[in-house]
Amino acid sequence: MSAKNSMASVLLSKRAEIQAAWSKQLTASLGHAGKGRVSPDELKAQSDKFLDGFSAAVQSGKTSDIYASEWADVRSFLDEVSHTRVLAGFSSDETATFIFSMKKPVFDALREELGNDAAALADNVWAATLLLDSLGLYTVKSYQKTREQVISRQQQELLELSTPVVKLWDGILALPMIGTLDSARTQVVMESLLQKIVETESQIAIIDITGVPTVDTLVAQHLLKTVTALRLMGADCIISGVRPQIAQTIVHLGVDLQGVTTKANLADALALALKRTGVAFTKI
Amino acid sequence: MERIPILRMGEFLLVTIQVDMHDQLALTLQDDLTRAIEKKGAKGVLMDISALEMVDSFIGRMISDISGMARILDAKTVVVGMQPAVAITLVELGLSLPGVATALNVERGMEMLRRSLAESNDDHYIKR
Repeated sequence: MSAKNSMASVLLSKRAEIQAAWSKQLTASLGHAGKGRVSPDELKAQSDKFLDGFSAAVQSGKTSDIYASEWADVRSFLDEVSHTRVLAGFSSDETATFIFSMKKPVFDALREELGNDAAALADNVWAATLLLDSLGLYTVKSYQKTREQVISRQQQELLELSTPVVKLWDGILALPMIGTLDSARTQVVMESLLQKIVETESQIAIIDITGVPTVDTLVAQHLLKTVTALRLMGADCIISGVRPQIAQTIVHLGVDLQGVTTKANLADALALALKRTGVAFTKI
Repeated sequence: MERIPILRMGEFLLVTIQVDMHDQLALTLQDDLTRAIEKKGAKGVLMDISALEMVDSFIGRMISDISGMARILDAKTVVVGMQPAVAITLVELGLSLPGVATALNVERGMEMLRRSLAESNDDHYIKR
């Protein structure tokens, strides 16, 4: 009991010293890496706010469980710090250092306070270590969570970005596919293409697979599904950009692409589509 | 009883499905349509399903069945205006409706019917 009390009292009585030493540690540890990404003022405000919440939570006496309701403020503040650090491009250890660099100042303050009482000092240091460690780990966890959110958002964006449907001519749409085709992507591609067909009343769609690195049975099946759906809606489909290796793979796999018009490149496909829509070009 | 109207436009029949199809309605439509083709000597059937938002395997098969029945009665069927969601569902159900002609909208479907009628008339004259 006394162990917790002296940590609480130290945090109150030696707060200024702890903060000064901590700020020094923070700037030293972030020295080269932190420049330009977090300003000294910001760092000061962050350490101020954390110390406020931290000492208030320590005063409550609940130092064993940082998931208790007394620590809610500290936790949400750490979430916020981790979030901004992720966006500023800090690494996970740099983010965790924010908490771990506070250890030395707190230990120093405790030693000054309890200098002669070795047993009490050990107790207090141990309690502080446990507490700061779990807070540091919490920061890393929060950092990781934010990172995962960023990654999943980027995945979603990639999914949407990589499937543009372009109008090549009146009644002719093209869909340049880039990257590996999986079920989720095919679904998005199919939906956006079919929707565009309805909107523009196009009769021919060209699916260009120049950017698709490999075609396996699954990818071929996805392509066939798209072609069938297009036909059901009353549109024609031409697959272009089939590379020699892919043509070989398709035949070796025994995939039946009969009934699907394929062309080696987009130019040929466009020429065929124009012919089908009754447009002719002549050289002047 | 609820029925789907079958309209006559010259040599063609126009069927517009405006309500969600249930099985009994689909069977009644098959009945009515085959009878109408026979009675009016229609050469083509235009089936507009642009308002159809939900399909199951039964309705999918009904569409392909109607097309087959009409063909036997010497009428060409064109299915027009299928919604993307319906097309995806049918594909996922494994119903690719082979042998069913499709078009994007009623206008294109009509044109398709006229062209195929003109072609078959040409054939007729050549044979004579």
